[in-house]
Amino acid sequence: MSQSEPYLKIGNLTKRFGDFTALSDVTLAVFEGEFVCFLGPSGCGKTTLLRAIAGLDIQTYGTVDQAGRDVSSLPPAERDFGIVFQSYALFPNLTIEKNIAYGLENLKQPASKIRDRVAELLQLVGMPEQGKKYPAQLSGGQQQRVALARAIAISPGLLLLDEPLSALDAKVRVKLRHEIKELQRKLGITTIMVTHDQEEALTMADRIVVINNGLIEQVGTPEQIYREPATRFVADFIGSMNFLPATKVSKNKVRIGQLEFSCSDAAGSAEITPDQPVHAAIRPEDILVGDASSNYIDATVDSIEFLGSFVRADLSSPQLDGLILLADFSANRVRSENLSAGSHIRISLPAESLLIYAE
Amino acid sequence: MKFTKFLAAAVMTGVMASPVFAATELTVYTAVEAEDLKKYAERFNEDHPDININWVRDSTGIVTAKLLAEKENPQADVIWGLAATSLLLMKSEDMLEPYAPAGLDGLDSKFRDKSEPPTWTGMDAWVAAICVNTVEAEANNLPMPASWQDLTNPVYKGHIAMPNPNSSGTGFLDVSSWLQIFGEDDGWAFMDGLHQNIHHYTHSGSKPCKQAASGEVAIGVSFAFRGAKSKADGAPLEIIIPSEGIGWDMEATAIVKGTDNMEAAKTLVDWSITDKANMMYNEGYAVIGKQALAKPVEHFPSNIPESMIDNDFEWAANNRKRILAEWQKRYDSKSEPKS
Amino acid sequence: MLVFMGVIACYLVVALALPLYAILSKSFKNNDGEFVGLANYLEYFNTPSLTYSIQNSLTISIITTLISVTIAFTLAYGLSRSCMRLKGLFKIIALVPILVPSLLPGIALVYLFGRQGLIKELLFGHDIYGPIGIVISEVFFTLPHALIIIMTALSIADARLYEAAQSLNAGKVKTFFTVTLPGARYGLISAGFVVFTLTITDFGAPKVIGGDFNVLATDIYKQVIGQQNFEMGAVVSLILLLPAGVAFTVDRIMQRKQVALLSARAVAYEPKPSTSFDWIMFSWATIVSIFILTILGTCQYAALIKFYPYDLTLSLKNYQFDLMDGGGWESFYNSLELACWTAVIGTVLVFLGAYMVEKGKGFHLGRSLFQFLAMLPMAVPGLVLGLAYIFFFNSPNNPLNFLYHTMAILVISTVTHFYTVAHLTAVTALKQMDPEFESVASSLKTPFYRTFTRITVPVCLPAILDISIYLFVNAMTTVSAVVFLYGPHTSLASVAVLNMDDAGDIAPAAAMGMMIFYTNASVRILHGLLSRGVLRKTQSWRSR
Repeated sequence: MSQSEPYLKIGNLTKRFGDFTALSDVTLAVFEGEFVCFLGPSGCGKTTLLRAIAGLDIQTYGTVDQAGRDVSSLPPAERDFGIVFQSYALFPNLTIEKNIAYGLENLKQPASKIRDRVAELLQLVGMPEQGKKYPAQLSGGQQQRVALARAIAISPGLLLLDEPLSALDAKVRVKLRHEIKELQRKLGITTIMVTHDQEEALTMADRIVVINNGLIEQVGTPEQIYREPATRFVADFIGSMNFLPATKVSKNKVRIGQLEFSCSDAAGSAEITPDQPVHAAIRPEDILVGDASSNYIDATVDSIEFLGSFVRADLSSPQLDGLILLADFSANRVRSENLSAGSHIRISLPAESLLIYAE
Repeated sequence: MKFTKFLAAAVMTGVMASPVFAATELTVYTAVEAEDLKKYAERFNEDHPDININWVRDSTGIVTAKLLAEKENPQADVIWGLAATSLLLMKSEDMLEPYAPAGLDGLDSKFRDKSEPPTWTGMDAWVAAICVNTVEAEANNLPMPASWQDLTNPVYKGHIAMPNPNSSGTGFLDVSSWLQIFGEDDGWAFMDGLHQNIHHYTHSGSKPCKQAASGEVAIGVSFAFRGAKSKADGAPLEIIIPSEGIGWDMEATAIVKGTDNMEAAKTLVDWSITDKANMMYNEGYAVIGKQALAKPVEHFPSNIPESMIDNDFEWAANNRKRILAEWQKRYDSKSEPKS
Repeated sequence: MLVFMGVIACYLVVALALPLYAILSKSFKNNDGEFVGLANYLEYFNTPSLTYSIQNSLTISIITTLISVTIAFTLAYGLSRSCMRLKGLFKIIALVPILVPSLLPGIALVYLFGRQGLIKELLFGHDIYGPIGIVISEVFFTLPHALIIIMTALSIADARLYEAAQSLNAGKVKTFFTVTLPGARYGLISAGFVVFTLTITDFGAPKVIGGDFNVLATDIYKQVIGQQNFEMGAVVSLILLLPAGVAFTVDRIMQRKQVALLSARAVAYEPKPSTSFDWIMFSWATIVSIFILTILGTCQYAALIKFYPYDLTLSLKNYQFDLMDGGGWESFYNSLELACWTAVIGTVLVFLGAYMVEKGKGFHLGRSLFQFLAMLPMAVPGLVLGLAYIFFFNSPNNPLNFLYHTMAILVISTVTHFYTVAHLTAVTALKQMDPEFESVASSLKTPFYRTFTRITVPVCLPAILDISIYLFVNAMTTVSAVVFLYGPHTSLASVAVLNMDDAGDIAPAAAMGMMIFYTNASVRILHGLLSRGVLRKTQSWRSR
């Protein structure tokens, strides 16, 4: 991954539909060979951003630079990308081969060369025998593979994927995730994928761009996004999170209920002045049984929900003024501690996992 | 691209609609019976093969309406075979080219426009008549009418059809002749009585007689020519010439002002009053412009010429609008909800 | 692309908007072209014989609507909810009236119920000329239109609602009133308005069988053709435009609601056999079919009789059209030509137009304006359009004046007159296509016209064929707009039917009417075979 000059630069991009602002002043850089996911709730503007990059919906203002070229006002046909849609948009009246060859035929290549390339691509997506079929004769997953093959057939510099997996059922989705990621790695093609599925983003992306209300909330690796959510929105949107009303005491101290806890000073909480009401946040799986850290309290298990490989417990403690904490414990732990509703346990909230967000 | 093709096609159809031959093309508007058109053109072409006639044929009302509608942008070169009252209307709109055709002197003085030179010349007269279906009359115990007044007899209630003067030239000549025969007040009184017996008014002047021929009504107020034709076809018809006298109108010829084919138009109008043309008219009509040449026509009552009233065409044309409005006010509301 | 849209928009402006403006302004002018404000309207409303027609038109249309929708609904109910036999045959017969001019049923009624009618006793002394005849003719004429709409409404019934009703122990009658009827209500209302509009704007039936029962449509004809009173014709036209416009607007709103109903995820309803119910429905469908076939059969019989009722020998005399009014056989060939041109040019124009509206980007105002223009023809009665064309195209100042009296103006008026339904068919087909085809194609650097010819057209081929046959059939049967526009060399078969009937040559009129029917039926069958062939070739992708 070259970190020198970004492959795609989006500068101060704004898109309005009438009075509605879909994207507001978005600036972003994507590097060559990177797999970037735009993640956010529906209507957040992620698809609008993708379509602006493609030139399908031209931005109200702002710039798009691709491979050192200003493409801001170019129509899609003069840009350099391949695109796959949620609906696949395979041409129903053309065979798989013809679908894949559709873009190639425009390049005025000899028929034999096109044939070879189509065969190669079919091989690449693992469907070497299916070329003569029509899209309606294929399963959803197969159709998605064809759409992918068609998009990369003309070897574009940029691959855009618009919710490519959301129309598929769960198992196929997981399988295709790997295949797409694998293919992207093999080809080294810069890829942007729009998704509302955080699991998809976390497993596939090199970097995730979390978007909300037309604004970028955070850009970072999946690890960063999960571990160090920059904003309360990101913290809430990605995974589960306990939010506890609290008051900041000092740089690394926060008071929740009647107790003071040490906390992480990451996540920009430094700007928060003491005595300001805040939210302390901790992920359920970060709550540990026992007094492994100094931030421990005694709690009661109110109820237990069995979720297969782990158990989610509702915990309450008089020291926390009746606040409810969700905690995930492994099934083994539950067995070994013999936890059940009504159990009294000591739990700790490790300081490095306790995040602070302004109200 | 597709649209230019369409335009091209549109233009081409336009061109095709008026094919360009070496011969002169004359667009001739007419109300002459459809079955006679071919014959008229053929006879004319025997003498003038270089002039090609494009007929626009419709009923008198429609042809008149068309001509008036196209006043600003005339499509017709010549009118050959339209009611003289219609032509008088056009004369007053200054739509006709005054022209004295060769041989004008041989024509009965009734059969020409009074202006000098005349704007139109007559061909033949078509006269009002009553067509009675003898089978139907017998079946319904209807006496044979002998006069117009007889038609107001309540026994005929619902058995008579007549043409609407608003659309039919025959209808108008009926109404205008009744007003002349009976006088204005008595004329309308007569029509009030007649109206009580009318089953329906038709759009065309020949329809009442055809309906009488097929028994749809027992009595059709129509014109003699039509009755004779239907009788020849085998219809059980009696053609009655009412005793008060009969209205009539001329079929006449005129040149439309502004024609691009003046020479050919004059040739046609010249021919239209020749002896040959008159004898041709005589094949269907008993009364023609050169009455001296006339021979009796089969199925035509013989007393027609003496029964024809002294029709004042100028009066009819000048009062046309008023008469039609009055008629419409009185009778065109047969549709009025019956209470 | 914008240029294409502009061109087609221009077409609609020239062929629709400007003529309509011409007729509107004419209604405010006197014979000499001077502006007289509302004087013509005042004269109209002070002429009782004219204003009675409003009442007559409304009465006829409302009665026809009630009868036609009732018959259509019961028939559609039988076709979709019973297990009676011969459903396919009944459906074909019920749709036949679409293939004939609206003049034809009137002609048949003269032979059936006229003075010399074959079964005139059935009328118990009532007169067929007048409202009774008009209503029967209009029911015949409008039935297929109502049937199609109501069949669609009934076919979207959700079986689960019936199961729910059954599980709640609702009886058949209760189920009908609580499930069936509400489910079909938008279809019923929509069908009602379509029938109403068709009837109030139809000119053929009242012309042939109306006798002296005046309606708005025949008034326009009488004012213009009979009295040369173009200004009054314009006034009546605009008055006729009013109820047609209202009906059209309500119908559009209903259609939109119906679509919303459609999108619900429903389970198809499968009728279960029930001997008595199936027999009742079978008998009813038989009666309706006999009614339709009798009308057609009578016309054919009349056409072959030498001189009804006095000489019943068979003869082809009535086919000697050249000896009668109406333009002879030439008018039949002209109609064929018109139908072909209309089908070809109309389909191209309509489909391209719909494509621009659906797939075009930006230029929102222009596109909604185009959409409005495309919907407008449905609300404009043919007679009004035809009259508007006289005013607009025959004005000497109009550079398009050369079109007057040509085949081209007939094609233009017919395409315009039937634009809306064709446009909606095209739009529906285009909407069913994945909206991202164009995006994908442009990402593959394919120019839009290539995608149009290789993807859009082949995928929409069934709809395109439907549009062309729709335009062809209507061009063969239409009278209303073209009756004002045909010229010396462009008389038409449908107008010939009218003119021959007008002249009292009713048997030849029936003969010509049946020629139109046979032509349309053959083309329809040919279209069926052809599209089956084409579909097999190009649409194999549809089957899995």
